[in-house]
Amino acid sequence: MTLGLLQQEIAYGTLYLYVGISMLLISGFIAFVLVLARLLSPSSSSATKGQNYETGESTVTDPWRPFPVRYYIFALLFLIFDVEAAFLFPWAVVYGELGLYGFVQMVIFVFILTVGLVYEWKKGALKWV
Amino acid sequence: MQTVLNLLEQEPLRFILAFGAILFLTLNLAAVLTMAERKVSAYIHLRYGPNRVGPRGILQPLADVFKLFTKENVSPNRADRWIFLAAPIAMFLPAAVVWLVIPFAPGAVVADINVAILFFVAVTSIGALGVIMAGYGSRSTFSLLGALRGAAQMISYEVPLILSLLGVVVLAGSLSFVDVVEAQAGGFWNWYFLPLFPTFLAFYISGLAEVKRVPFDLPEGESEIVGGFMIEYSGMTWALIQAAEFAGMGLMSAITTTLFLGGWQPPFEFLDLGQFNWVWFGLKTALIMFTFQWIRWSIPRLRMDQLMDLGWKVLVPLTLVWLVVVAGVMLIV
Repeated sequence: MTLGLLQQEIAYGTLYLYVGISMLLISGFIAFVLVLARLLSPSSSSATKGQNYETGESTVTDPWRPFPVRYYIFALLFLIFDVEAAFLFPWAVVYGELGLYGFVQMVIFVFILTVGLVYEWKKGALKWV
Repeated sequence: MQTVLNLLEQEPLRFILAFGAILFLTLNLAAVLTMAERKVSAYIHLRYGPNRVGPRGILQPLADVFKLFTKENVSPNRADRWIFLAAPIAMFLPAAVVWLVIPFAPGAVVADINVAILFFVAVTSIGALGVIMAGYGSRSTFSLLGALRGAAQMISYEVPLILSLLGVVVLAGSLSFVDVVEAQAGGFWNWYFLPLFPTFLAFYISGLAEVKRVPFDLPEGESEIVGGFMIEYSGMTWALIQAAEFAGMGLMSAITTTLFLGGWQPPFEFLDLGQFNWVWFGLKTALIMFTFQWIRWSIPRLRMDQLMDLGWKVLVPLTLVWLVVVAGVMLIV
């Protein structure tokens, strides 16, 4: 016996249902904890307490304004490589059966992406200024 | 007795029990790890650490939880309140839900979904979303700085993380954690950290960055941006973010163990404990967690440009090259 965790034959969809239900339950649990803490803890609001922390001074800045573009560049790079991974995962699962054909295809694909990475590198897109 | 056990293994009941166990595990793991963190740091500094509450201070986490429950939850007046309060949920959710697909012992997995590795990658991305929600929702300058850094760091290191998973998938021929562990049977020389050693290192380092542990703790950076994305949180909201961080660290250790250190497989065949192989899983996971804490007190924080260079110019090429090497070797052998 393993603490009632024994794996049985379970229908395919049921597992995803379990995961979905678990996500809802966990979110609900955290929300419950937050509400409970709200009920248990003291709460007295004042104008000063509601200010944002800026090293002890009165708040003067509003951060909801444009911020540097380099974060977007890295987000774009991430997107490219994430799409690459989306191709490589199915390939990796069946690679044992594909043989040389699969290997050559993957090498061509990775090579093109590596050329892209090298280009970005040389152009300075990976440089954090 | 036997009938009761059989009843517990019936489907809806088994899931309810298992879910309770997972939630219990996640919360207690976070509590134990806060304690371990302070004790390990204390012993590395030649101090005692917390030693007042209970014998040798082991009840400290309990006292902390009671204290945090009774502390006021302050939220800034101009914050976007719903995003601000939803951020702890978005950060805690991935740290808890991935435990469902991890095998603890032979046959002991809550939901053996066949795309578990993809599920892990997908769900951990929610953590980055949580950081952005926390930073943007607080509407504080330090928070937004921390959130932007956190987002840049977490999505950058997700690339080597995903690419280093591919080597494991190629060798195991499956996306299920159960199959990956089964494929590493028969002694420690069959575990994947040996043939995939560079990948293992890349995964470990990216994992460290994903859970924002110390050489990569720029989103928090308490000595420069005083807490970063969690600066405006207090009381239980803050505690939940901390719990999510520690549970995420435990989760990353468990994933590293499952993928590269054989999961619940014993190091030698004759040490097989049958259903009690979860002891091996626990030991290996604890070892990885300890190295995480050890690194915290050994390596100083990186600079932002060093962080990005390590991710994009070292780890990404390394994992790509090793993927081609592994695929080529598999072709020949």
